[in-house]
Amino acid sequence: MSYRLGIDVGGTNTDAVILDVNDRVVAKAKRPTTEDISSGIREAVDAVLAESQIDPTHIVNAMLGTTHSTNAIVERRGLSKIGMLRLCAPSGLGVPPFLDWPPDIIPHLGKHFEMVKGGYEYNGTPLAQPDSGEIRQALERLGEKKIEALAVSCVFSPVNNDQELLVRGIAEEVFGKSLPVSLSSEIGSIGILERENATILNAAILKIASNAYVSFQNVLLEHGVKANLFITQNDGTLMAVDYARLYPVFTIASGPTNSLRGAAFLSGLSDAVVVDVGGTTTDVGILKSGFPRESTTAVEIGGVRTNFRMPDLISIGLGGGSLVKAEEDVVRVGPESVGYRITREARVFGGNTLTATDIAVAAGMADIGDPQSVKDLDRGLLRRAGERIKGMVEEVIDRMKTTSEDIPVVTVGGGSILLPNTLKGASKVSKPENFEVANAIGAAISQISGSIDGVFDVASKGREAVIDEVKDAAVQEAVKAGADSKTVEIVELEEIPLAYLPSNAVRFRVKAVGKLKKGW
Amino acid sequence: MRYLKASDIDFLAIGAAVLGSGGGGDPYLGKLMAKEAILEKGDVRLIDVNEVPDEELVIPSAMMGAPSVMLEKLPNGKEPEAAFRAVESFFGKKAYATMSIEAGGINSCIPVYTAARLGLPLVDVDGMGRAFPEIPMVTFSLGGVKASPMVVCDEKGNKVVLETINNAWIETLSRTVTVAMGLSSMIGLYVMDGKTLKEFGVRGTISLAIEIGHRIISAHKRKESPVDSILEVTKGYRLFEGKVTDVQRDLTTGFVRGKAHFEGIDRYRGTGFRLDFQNENLVGMLDGKPCAMVPDLITVLDRETGSPITTEHLRYGQRVMIIGMPCAPIWRTEKGLAQVGPRYFKYDIDYEPIEELMKRRAS
Repeated sequence: MSYRLGIDVGGTNTDAVILDVNDRVVAKAKRPTTEDISSGIREAVDAVLAESQIDPTHIVNAMLGTTHSTNAIVERRGLSKIGMLRLCAPSGLGVPPFLDWPPDIIPHLGKHFEMVKGGYEYNGTPLAQPDSGEIRQALERLGEKKIEALAVSCVFSPVNNDQELLVRGIAEEVFGKSLPVSLSSEIGSIGILERENATILNAAILKIASNAYVSFQNVLLEHGVKANLFITQNDGTLMAVDYARLYPVFTIASGPTNSLRGAAFLSGLSDAVVVDVGGTTTDVGILKSGFPRESTTAVEIGGVRTNFRMPDLISIGLGGGSLVKAEEDVVRVGPESVGYRITREARVFGGNTLTATDIAVAAGMADIGDPQSVKDLDRGLLRRAGERIKGMVEEVIDRMKTTSEDIPVVTVGGGSILLPNTLKGASKVSKPENFEVANAIGAAISQISGSIDGVFDVASKGREAVIDEVKDAAVQEAVKAGADSKTVEIVELEEIPLAYLPSNAVRFRVKAVGKLKKGW
Repeated sequence: MRYLKASDIDFLAIGAAVLGSGGGGDPYLGKLMAKEAILEKGDVRLIDVNEVPDEELVIPSAMMGAPSVMLEKLPNGKEPEAAFRAVESFFGKKAYATMSIEAGGINSCIPVYTAARLGLPLVDVDGMGRAFPEIPMVTFSLGGVKASPMVVCDEKGNKVVLETINNAWIETLSRTVTVAMGLSSMIGLYVMDGKTLKEFGVRGTISLAIEIGHRIISAHKRKESPVDSILEVTKGYRLFEGKVTDVQRDLTTGFVRGKAHFEGIDRYRGTGFRLDFQNENLVGMLDGKPCAMVPDLITVLDRETGSPITTEHLRYGQRVMIIGMPCAPIWRTEKGLAQVGPRYFKYDIDYEPIEELMKRRAS
């Protein structure tokens, strides 16, 4: 038998699950997340292995979802000193790198950048020819600043990355192979400032992410698990751990993605609204063809603007620990919450604070703690609090939908016991089994993807030929990342004509996804 | 005269988006460029139209191109200099100041950037008092001012001066040149003297935009709705409150043409609203009856934050407040309506000022 191990390191809990070859849940465990990450993972792995009673050597693949890198950026912790080189001149000199960065992150990274000749037009023809001598001198100046990693950007590098590759080669000559180099064409899409910002962040978290992955590997080795290691990324697919060490910035939104993917798997639905109710907040996202719908607006990470494609989520202050307050005619639920103190402060746990969980228990929707402690609650209050919770969730569901038609709703997360079995706007409400470990399951079932994003001139080759070309390129990317070529399919093809001008430039965003190759 | 500081630019960008009537796109890059130029070169003098001597030359400045290209191939920083020197040598005269063509999007901030870079004052005026989809749709056209000569510059240092027989040719040729330059350019056009500007400019647009932006951001900090204070300063009206139930867009014509449908909430419950747009919002209809129309301004605001929502960002489920504001009086003249009235946009209705429509709705 062979098994898969999925681990999700969340803000409060570290969850672990073991799935068999038929994707059945063999064992699950939930342990508190620890400061050092690895002790929490160790506890959870201990527990899940004990429960499953399987031979650890039968675990073939292990998948980790963690927001460790995100926290490093948000908390400005363990970041490396960066040198930034942009190939853009004669363009771009008026808008240098690091503009509009939050001032408090700058001392952690330094603000060392150089702008040199280079870059491309939208169709891939050179804007200017790069000059190796100029690049070498710029790198040497950055080297004097004691940088720990190099970030490289280039105008329209998502269309043509030759010049960025040239810089990587020169950097190896100047610094040797020990200095990590992040190229913007490997990180982001059109929109140079946001792509460059993401590249800088990626370079800055290389060290801290690498350390986290090494300790994950070590924990597994301690337990005799000799599996292939994968890290889950923002789009719900996997990176081999060696690849993730180069692109840790792709993992920063993996938490909500895993919950959405887990919900898709547990419910068997591929198009649905997912309502993930935690202790303090509820995240509502949309599944489209089994993957999260992504946001179209710029996403800030720790105050830094990037153009990452993140799951399009709305968060509201509603969770199992939300305070319930009656004020004259209205009953308020949240946004204040007792959070992790719920096991001491909620009425059903012997505390004095009325929480949303107490309401659910009193209404007979959940069996948690001591139901006797809430049986004297006013029926009117119960009804209105229940209506309020339902109304809050219904409004967000409606805001997330793209049409007025009813759509299936899947509820997951420990706090989903608050929700009724019917919701306005929902064609049905699914509360799948194992809903409380949806994130770890989402990690365990992740697939492998490849994507292409660029502006193409459809006039010369014709639209059909260009579409075939970009689809093929996306499939190749997926196979390169470890997908079984027989299972790869195009899950997303977006064609964006560049409005305002009478040209034939079209932007394509294509994503291919497939199952892990056998033996991976 | 007053000085524009870097901190005023956030106000300007959001306020201009309110005046932009749903058009103009994302102002982020323009905002960034204007702030950076101010921090590097110093605060920008914002002068009243009356401070411009009659015989002095004012050159409006803007960026043109595909928005996604503008966000990738950024300016060099020397384009305004090149553009202004070209126009000055054409007229044999130095520029006295620069100004905005329209409110909304990146081009609400580009003239601030130009002014800071060149050390010129910015005139508190524009050619629309809002945003419109075509170059000739400016109040200056009503005064016979030609877009030509127009200068088109790129980041490489190329500059082209276009002198055309009419404004339609300016549109055609400047787009062709911009495509050849790589889909993005810096432009100067509708060059005029102080006397003409006083007669045909829409006065006070910049200070109005800053005031609106200031009111939105400070209301947001106090966690209050900014709508009443926006309406007060723009003499506008609350048209509708509701949620978006459908948005249809058609990109085939090179413009974002479409319709949005809304369903009423709170005191508008049971009513429906339809908004037609072509880059900008054109006609708003409450239960099938027009309640505001172009050239009056119609703007959709986020119901919670009061932030303006542009036509490309309208989507199902958003909770919004729709407001209407009277346009600059010059657009309500016969010539003005012929150029930007509802009939120009192929609506079979006569223009009625928003004040009249609201009076009728109230009775």
